[in-house]
Amino acid sequence: MGDQKTKKNENRGSGASPAREVPPDDESTVSLLRELVNHLRKNRTQLREEWARRITAAKLLGAMTSEEIFAEATSVYDNYVEVLETGAVEALQAYARDLSERIIPRGVETDEVVGIVLLLRDVLARSLFAKYQTDFQLLNRILDAYEPAANRIANTVAVGFVQERERIIRQQQEAIRELSTPVLQVRERLLILPIIGVIDSQRARQLTEQLLRGIRTNRAKVVVIDITGVAAMDATVANHLVQTVEASRLLGATVIVTGLSPEIAQTLVTIGVDLGKMNTVGDLQGGIEEAERLLGYKVTPFSEVSTQPI
Amino acid sequence: MEVPILKQGLYLIASIQAALSDVDLVHLRDALAEKVGKFRARGVIVDVTVLDVMDSFASRTLRDLAHMTRLRGAETVIVGIQPEVAFAMVQLGLTLEGVDTALDLEEGLAFLDKKTKRRTSRG
Repeated sequence: MGDQKTKKNENRGSGASPAREVPPDDESTVSLLRELVNHLRKNRTQLREEWARRITAAKLLGAMTSEEIFAEATSVYDNYVEVLETGAVEALQAYARDLSERIIPRGVETDEVVGIVLLLRDVLARSLFAKYQTDFQLLNRILDAYEPAANRIANTVAVGFVQERERIIRQQQEAIRELSTPVLQVRERLLILPIIGVIDSQRARQLTEQLLRGIRTNRAKVVVIDITGVAAMDATVANHLVQTVEASRLLGATVIVTGLSPEIAQTLVTIGVDLGKMNTVGDLQGGIEEAERLLGYKVTPFSEVSTQPI
Repeated sequence: MEVPILKQGLYLIASIQAALSDVDLVHLRDALAEKVGKFRARGVIVDVTVLDVMDSFASRTLRDLAHMTRLRGAETVIVGIQPEVAFAMVQLGLTLEGVDTALDLEEGLAFLDKKTKRRTSRG
């Protein structure tokens, strides 16, 4: 696909400039690229340094030391030249992924990565201008060959970086999701479900499923849902909470909701929840005490038991 | 498909064996309402464990059944609603208002024991 693009551009380029004899497109592109690659190889040290200097000047990659920048610059440069030579982006894709994996944890942002690749493009383009300034025709053709390839490389690196970021985000979401919904049995037939963090509708759904399954497997009669750790919820999620309470009732379990923040209380009132159905207690301790009362437990301090004659 | 209705002490147990048509449900409702009087039952348990769907007609019929038996002197408890069914019902707004529910047959029996004892002791 990239090759076709190159060819098209080559055509357009040669059509615009009044070229006398144009060799077949593919061959000319290949030979131009080869010439380009040779030029880049020959001036490797100087161009690399120029690039690293401009990265530092532009205050990109602030999280990395200049040695690190130079080392990365070297390997990106070599990869870059290789892609220009072979046209195979797979190696570069792998490298970009690897690079992203290393630099994302250090807080490197998308704009920085795109920035440095574009800088490299600029540095190389300028060196081409300098080299071919006497022959405008040739310069044009060289750029026709260079630009699509360079753009493709910039694209590959940026996409690789963004994909890696997204992969990390997905992975973390997964981890949070798995961590976030424990259904715990505190006493025979008494479950607690502490909810911490933000609830979106997907998580709310998952919570409900887990709770209903937990009620069944633990044969619970009372469930305390503690939402102290939830700062706010929107009307959809609040509605979902109410539905969870009702569904639990259908399974024969009573639900006590504890730790409602003032904001959530307001949301519940605004959506007009029937408070007769909702059993709410101020905090988790109160909720567990109420649950014990419902289950017929009576918790007495050991000292009182031992001093009282039976 | 006929639903077997078993007499167990003071209670009647209707154990649904397969998916029911609307007609079957109405039959079940009428049969239970009649047998409550015939056997002088104090409680009715409807076991819906096998049902993987509960539509609006079914839940309305069950609600009617509960109210009818209460008027004839027996408490009804629906047992064995599956978690998925429960959630689907709630989303459809079928919450079996005013009907008692329990996890399974055992829980249902315990519930009826408690409820009828309370009533007899009260008077």
